[in-house]
Amino acid sequence: MAFATLKTNPAWTGWSRWANRHRMWLFAAPSMIFVALLIAFPLGWTLYLSLTDSAGSVRNPSDFIGFENYLAVLTDTRRFWPAVGRTLFFTVGVLTVEMVLGMAIALLLWRPFKGERWVRVAILMPLVATPVAIGMMWRLIFEPNIGFANQLLGWFGIPAQPWLSGAGTALPTLMFVDIWQWTPMIVLILLAGLTALSDEPDEAARVDGANAWQRFRHVTLPLMMSSVITAVLLRSIDALKTFDILYATKGKGGGSFHEVETLNIYAYGLSFDYNKYGASSTVLVLFFLMIIGVVWILTLRKKRSAL
Amino acid sequence: METYTVKLTSVLRVAALSAAALVAAGSLTSCTSTSAAKDPDVLRVTLANHVWTDIVKDAIPEFEKEHGITIELTQLGEDQLSDQYNVKLNAGSDEIDVMMYRPLQEGKLFATNGYLADLSDKVTENAEWDWADFQEGPVAATSFDGKVVGVPIITEREVLYYRKDLLQAAGLEVPTTLDELETAAREISDQNPGVAGFVARTAKAAAVTQFSSFLYSFGGDFQDAKGEATVDTKEARAAYEYYGGLINNYGPENVSTDMSWPEAMAIFTQGGAAFYTEADSLYLNATDPAKSKVSDTVGFAAFPAGPDGSKPYNVPSWALGVNAESPNQGLAWDFIEWATEKERTLEVQQAGVPGPRTSVWEDAAGIESYPADLATAILANAENGIGHDRPLVINVGEAREIVGDPIVVGITGGDIDASADQAQELFSLFLEDEK
Repeated sequence: MAFATLKTNPAWTGWSRWANRHRMWLFAAPSMIFVALLIAFPLGWTLYLSLTDSAGSVRNPSDFIGFENYLAVLTDTRRFWPAVGRTLFFTVGVLTVEMVLGMAIALLLWRPFKGERWVRVAILMPLVATPVAIGMMWRLIFEPNIGFANQLLGWFGIPAQPWLSGAGTALPTLMFVDIWQWTPMIVLILLAGLTALSDEPDEAARVDGANAWQRFRHVTLPLMMSSVITAVLLRSIDALKTFDILYATKGKGGGSFHEVETLNIYAYGLSFDYNKYGASSTVLVLFFLMIIGVVWILTLRKKRSAL
Repeated sequence: METYTVKLTSVLRVAALSAAALVAAGSLTSCTSTSAAKDPDVLRVTLANHVWTDIVKDAIPEFEKEHGITIELTQLGEDQLSDQYNVKLNAGSDEIDVMMYRPLQEGKLFATNGYLADLSDKVTENAEWDWADFQEGPVAATSFDGKVVGVPIITEREVLYYRKDLLQAAGLEVPTTLDELETAAREISDQNPGVAGFVARTAKAAAVTQFSSFLYSFGGDFQDAKGEATVDTKEARAAYEYYGGLINNYGPENVSTDMSWPEAMAIFTQGGAAFYTEADSLYLNATDPAKSKVSDTVGFAAFPAGPDGSKPYNVPSWALGVNAESPNQGLAWDFIEWATEKERTLEVQQAGVPGPRTSVWEDAAGIESYPADLATAILANAENGIGHDRPLVINVGEAREIVGDPIVVGITGGDIDASADQAQELFSLFLEDEK
């Protein structure tokens, strides 16, 4: 389709001419104002708060303290850095397992088989469930005394585990829940990538005597790298921001030893439990920069794979 | 290439329509929020999920009819209520008129922020309603800088819940001291595999309030008279040692460090523990056969005495206040007066929610519905009670996490001394920061 160009009417003057020249901006203006109000303003406000000592209430007078909050947060080895570590551990851990499992399941579902539709529906079930409901359900399953998980272990003679109650086991347990819930999303994305592949390269490799692993490693995987990076990109942003299952199962502070306190949970606690809005905004700005960094690296990688 | 003519009038029409739609949407939104909030015939009441709320809610049509108004009631769980206040009151919203709040948890913060209207004149206006009838401790907790900012509605003290059958089988008397409690917990847990000798809250912040009675009974407190931190004193260390040790040694197997009252109460009411220390206002959970397997064997006793005597907390857990931004302050006060009048307080207390009025405790009808041993325990506790169950600071959430750390360290068998040292250091810095 051709682009529209404008036939200028010589009778138009002044404001009309200006409006006509800037019609692109005029059309876009309402939605741009809307976006500015909904996204840019909260971001700017958070940035501003991070430079103040706002606490108690944002309506209370607060002093502009420059980068003092940033200095305090970045040198906080008791809560901030452990939260950064947990956020990264959680994200990298779940992403690795979800990608491997997701790829395996997508490869299994790639070729048509009997009952395929039912299997796909079953696999997608966790994806459509409400995260808080999932948190509550798993909390019951992992209850140390009456939960199903320990009963199951008992049938095999394995001693009961503390699961969500243990300082060392809570985060891995929640990573398991996250993997259970979000692997289907990876399957969906990778399956879409696999379905779009043409059969010829695979057949050519087969004729050349490549085995299944070689065909996957050197033909299928490189061809669908773009889908893989899309999946990693979407899922990593989401995993970094995980809040609902952590909060639903362990509450404010991420447990008595802060064992599942990620950056999101920490920032929430600073705001809603401690009412320290300056410090909370600082954590959020740093977290935002961290997410931007991850997205930037992955986008660069994606561009490179597309070349 | 095709050439299209874009009429300027069309461009402007679209832009104007979009802008108008945006403005209209904005105005409509603000209309719905402000017009209803400023409607003198609508009173917005925000309450917590509680037996008190259920009873008062049933009577609300009576108030509506009497005043010819409509009440918009929002009922939320404790945490959601807190978050809701944080968001709305921070924004200076006038969408809340009457608010149910926790005087010791957020009272100081709300009063410092100017969220709560001054009710000093209102409380003395109606002699029949009788402000002087409210107990001194709860009144102190709902006052700030010499002004009354709330009316207490529910009070609570820590009592000892115990299993009569297990004590009888072990040939033990009801413990009256903390030493006796420990001995009884040990003997019962030894004799009954699978039954814990003792259970109580274990989550760091949630446990602080129930730990406070142990702390006071050992002769300690969170702060001294000058407001300095005192969580590393000999007495405080002994209390941490005792509370943590009791759960670590005689508590449930695989004990979680995330238990607040619902989880700890569930263990006790499912028959999993012999002793349980908890707020008396929650007793219906243990005596109601629909909720408790031990409803016919549960007994209650005053808080056992420590080296410094029996010193349980005696606090107002909830109060009603008026949002300082509310345009309906007069009506909001009428509601509070109506909800806290003597007859209603008596009715609420008879339904199992301990009230803050002296008269309902002096009235035989006020305690006749309570189990006899619970009524005796409550009266004894009220006499010895301490007026706070957590540090008296503005940022209570953070303070509870700091002073609660040695509790969970004790429960998990860790180094309580090191944890108390760290708690003292952090709490001192925290208090310095709040000055």
